Amino acid sequence: MIGILASIIDGVLVGSVYGLAAMGLTLIWGVMDVVNLTHGAMIVAGMFALYLATSALGISPYAALVPIFIGGFLVGIMLYWVAVHRVIGRPPLMSLLSTFSVNLVLIGLGTAVWGTVLFNVPVSLPGISWQRYTFPGTHLLAAALTVVIAGLLYLFLYHTRIGKAVRAVAGNREAAELVGIPTTRVLSLAFALGVALAGVSGMLIGTMFPFTVLSGDTYQLKGFVVTVLGGLGNPTGALLGGIALGLIEGLATPFMPVSWTPVIEFALFVAVLIAFPKGIFALRRS
Amino acid sequence: MKSISLMVAAALVMAMPALAADDNTITIGMTVSQTGALNVEAVAQMQGFELWQDQVNAAGGIKVGDKHYKVHLVSYDDQSQGGRVQQLYTRLIVQDKAQFLFGPYSSGLVGTAAVISEQYGKILLVTGGAEPKTYELGNKYLFQVITSADHYLTGAVDALHSKDPHARLALVYSDDPFSKAVAGAARDQAKEAGFDVVLNEAYPPTQTDFSPIINKIISAKADALMGGGHYADGATMARQLYDQKANLKWVTILVAPDSDKFASLGPSAVGITTPSQWEPQVAYKPDFGPTPAAFTKAFEAKFKVEPDYRAGAAYGGGLILQYALEKAGSLDREKVAAALNATDLTIMLGHIKFATDPQHHGLQIAHEMVLAQWQKKNGKLERQVVWPLNAKTADLIYPLH
Repeated sequence: MIGILASIIDGVLVGSVYGLAAMGLTLIWGVMDVVNLTHGAMIVAGMFALYLATSALGISPYAALVPIFIGGFLVGIMLYWVAVHRVIGRPPLMSLLSTFSVNLVLIGLGTAVWGTVLFNVPVSLPGISWQRYTFPGTHLLAAALTVVIAGLLYLFLYHTRIGKAVRAVAGNREAAELVGIPTTRVLSLAFALGVALAGVSGMLIGTMFPFTVLSGDTYQLKGFVVTVLGGLGNPTGALLGGIALGLIEGLATPFMPVSWTPVIEFALFVAVLIAFPKGIFALRRS
Repeated sequence: MKSISLMVAAALVMAMPALAADDNTITIGMTVSQTGALNVEAVAQMQGFELWQDQVNAAGGIKVGDKHYKVHLVSYDDQSQGGRVQQLYTRLIVQDKAQFLFGPYSSGLVGTAAVISEQYGKILLVTGGAEPKTYELGNKYLFQVITSADHYLTGAVDALHSKDPHARLALVYSDDPFSKAVAGAARDQAKEAGFDVVLNEAYPPTQTDFSPIINKIISAKADALMGGGHYADGATMARQLYDQKANLKWVTILVAPDSDKFASLGPSAVGITTPSQWEPQVAYKPDFGPTPAAFTKAFEAKFKVEPDYRAGAAYGGGLILQYALEKAGSLDREKVAAALNATDLTIMLGHIKFATDPQHHGLQIAHEMVLAQWQKKNGKLERQVVWPLNAKTADLIYPLH
C-alpha cells in the first residue's frame, strides 16, 4: 500500500515537470496556432546547456536556471524570425513542416557534435526517505520550481499589460491589431517565452535523469498529450495535465505491466480529444 | 558538347562499381548507424572492422589459394533505421558488388539485413546482433560471431548463485526483441538455479522515469536485479536505483554499463555488473590472429580509446572471415560457407563455432560471455572482469548494500 502511495507521489512530482515541458508547447500552439516541432530539440538544448554550465563553467546546477531561461528566450526570438514568422496564418501544415525541418537540422547537428552518447549531470541533493521508499531531492526541487514557474507565468499572462496583450492576440489577432497591439512583436515574444520554458524544463529534467541528444522526442510526445488534457494556451492547465499524466504513470505501474502505460496514456489522449476537444482543464475558459 | 559530357558522366558512373570489384580486391559491404539512436555502438563496431582492414592490407592482403586480395570495406549510414538497412544492403550487393557482408549493429537491424543477404545468397557475418530467432529461419549464409541472447545472463546467474543460492530476483527489461530474449532465457536459468523470481516486467523502450518501477522492485522485496536494454534506459535505471536508495545486493544491467561513458554516473555506477561479449583484459590464447592484448594495443594506437566489446567482436568477425577465406582457398560462396561451418577456432574474441544443424544454422555455440563489474580503484571507476573465475581481474563485490 505504501509502495502504491510512493509511486503516486513520485508520479505527481515527475508529472509536474512533464507539465512544464508542455507549457511552452501549449503556449505557442494556443497563441499563434503553430505546432512547434522544435520543442523537443529546445528541451534537449536546455539539458546540454545545463551540462555545459555545470561541467565546463562549474556553475551549480540550479544557478543555471535563469541564464538558461534568458538564453532560451533569445534563441526563441531568433527561431521565430527564421522559421515561424512567415508561416503564421498559413495552413497548419506549413508551420508543421517548417518547424519539423528546423528540428531535423538541430538534432542532426547535435548528433554530429555529441553523438548519441549519454550525459549525466550529477546533483547531490538529499532526498526524503519514507519507510523503504525515497523521493530524490532533485525530483522534489524540480516539482517545486515548476509550480513557481507556472505561477509566475500565470501572473504574467493575467496580470501584466504584455501578458494581456498575448492573450488578446491569442483570442483574436485582427481585433488586437485594431486596438493598437503590435501583434508581430507580441507573437515573437510569446514564441520566445515558449522556447525559454522548453529550455528550463530540459534543464530540470537534466538534473533528474541522464540524457542523450535524442531525449527530447519523448517529452515532446508527452507534451502533446498534456496539451490535449490541459487545453491550448493555458499554463495552469498544462501543469494539471502533466500532473495527471504523471499520476497515471505512477498509479498504473503497481497494478499492471509497465509496457501498458503508453497504451493507457494514448487511449486517454484519444478519449479526451473526442469528449473534451478543448481540454479537460480548459472548460472554464470556454 | 552536351552529349560528350553526358557520355563522360555515364562512363564515370559505369567505372565506379568496376573500381570496387577490382581483380585483387575483396569488397565487403555493411551499414553503420552513424546517426540515430545506435550511433555510439555502431561506430565502435565500425572501428573494429576498420582496424582489421588496415592490418590485413598492410600485411599484403588475405591469401586465398595462391593469390593475395586486399580488403575494401564499403559502408553507408543506415540512420539506425530498418528501412534504410533494407535499401542499403540491396545497394551494397547490386550496385557496389559486395562479395561478402558484415552485419549492422543491433538485433533488429540484423534481422532486416539478413532477409536481403539470404535473398541474394550472400554470406553475412553478424558481430552486433545477439537475438537468436533470426537463426531459426533456415538461413544458409548467416553466421553469428558473438554469444546469442539466450546465454547473455548465464554467467550473471551463475555468479549470483555462488553468493546467494536463494536470491530474490527482479527481472526488469526493455520491451525490445533483444532484451526480451535475454530476460526470457535468464528467467528460466534463474528458476533452475533456485532463485525466487519476484518481479518479471518489461518497460517500453521510451521509458523516461523509472521511479514507479523501482518502487515496485522495492515493494517486491527483491535483493537482486537483472535487466535493462540499451543505453539511455539502462543508465537512467542505474542512476535512479542510487537516487532512490533501492539498496539492492546485486544489480546486472545490459549494454549501458559496457560503455566507458557509464563512469560519468559516478557513485550510481559503483558495483553494477554487466555481461560482456569481450573485455580488453581477457586472457584467451588465440589459434589465429593477434592476442587480445596485441589487438587492444593496436586499437588504442589508431583510435586513442580502449576498444569495447563491439569493436572486439567486429575485429573478431573480420578474423573469422579471413580464416575461412584462407581455408577455403577460394572466393566461391559455397566453399567459404563450408569453411565457416567447419570453423572451430579460438581468436582474441574467444572460442568460435557455428551451429550447422538446419534448425539453428549459423548460431554461435562456443563463445562465452564474461561478467564485468564497475569498481572503484584508487579513486577511479573501472570495469573489472569478475566472472568466470578463471578470467577474473578482480574479486566480485557482493553484497553491494
